[in-house]
Amino acid sequence: MDDRRTPLARARGLGSARDGVHHWWVQRLTAIALIPLVVWFAVSLVMLSGADYAVVRAWIGSPLVIVLLILTIGIGLHHGQLGMQVVWEDYTNGALRVAMIVLTKFLAALFGLGAIVAILRIGLGG
Amino acid sequence: MAEFTLPANSKVGVGDTYKAPAGATNVKIFKVYRWTPDDGKNPRLDTYEVDLATCGPMILDALIKIKNEVDSSLTFRRSCREGVCGSCAMNIDGTNTLACTHYIADVKGDIKIYPLPHMPVVRDLVPDLTVPYAQLASIEPWLKSASQPPTRERLQSPEERAKLDGLWECILCFCCTTSCPSYWWAGDRYLGPAILLQAYRWLADSRDEAKGERLDNLEDPFRLYRCHTIMNCTKTCPKSLNPAKAIAEIKKLLVERTI
Repeated sequence: MDDRRTPLARARGLGSARDGVHHWWVQRLTAIALIPLVVWFAVSLVMLSGADYAVVRAWIGSPLVIVLLILTIGIGLHHGQLGMQVVWEDYTNGALRVAMIVLTKFLAALFGLGAIVAILRIGLGG
Repeated sequence: MAEFTLPANSKVGVGDTYKAPAGATNVKIFKVYRWTPDDGKNPRLDTYEVDLATCGPMILDALIKIKNEVDSSLTFRRSCREGVCGSCAMNIDGTNTLACTHYIADVKGDIKIYPLPHMPVVRDLVPDLTVPYAQLASIEPWLKSASQPPTRERLQSPEERAKLDGLWECILCFCCTTSCPSYWWAGDRYLGPAILLQAYRWLADSRDEAKGERLDNLEDPFRLYRCHTIMNCTKTCPKSLNPAKAIAEIKKLLVERTI
């Protein structure tokens, strides 16, 4: 398209979205939360290495472990989809960008809820 | 959007070679990007052998010598020749810097000189800076006040004035902006480090009364938050300023007024 807008009109575009600080802040909050959670999860996996099925089930059956597992996967996926949104914004344009952001958020919700249901079912002995 | 292949006219070919005059004692080789919109050809890298025995110490001295004595068609911007005007910003030896403050002796081997990266080229070493200039205008880089103007100067304490140090020195050469990958990918919407440093210069000014309005206009996923603290801006700044820190300060102010 022949763009006859003035440079200032192009620079101003549609104006500021008045949005972004929430995304930025939540990305940092989730990152901070993930530090202890991921360390706990990694240490737990190492401690459980070689354990049999009954021991692992008993471990997941602890209320504290259920809460921490749900936090780890929920916050992890939330952090991940926020980060992926930035990647799509950086490297794609137009309809592809919108499609990929929507897909990323839908998949994060699907995997997150699926994992939570699985943890609860195993942990609560369903 | 990211582009992973070069447009046809971005492929740089081998150009002409201009030998040093007979009797040259200290020859340094300069390879300079050349492109003109007039002949429809791809850019080329011309080679100039310059006798440093009869040349000043700076890259700009060599470019001026080439233009005066060898090839008057070589096109570049320059004005103050002392790092104040920002005109001679170009990519020298792989880094954006000012030709006038960069020593020839600091470059090992052949000296490759290109225009500032990822901007449209007007000709040779002259980039088209229309967009960054318009972006500068868009942040309204002047003091805004609704109060009755004082009869004398608008006063600042020495401490308040000190907050502008590291900001007012920017000469708008756009070395930082054109070194930033985020600006390369999204330069139509991301303001880039030079403009954001200017924006913070007014946010940091105790005399300015439009901070909220300025922050409103910056809070945008593209205008501000394309900065991913890559730090190329701070690394390349020929004035040793820290645009990345200025951008971080803007992000801090936005959080500060939220929580």
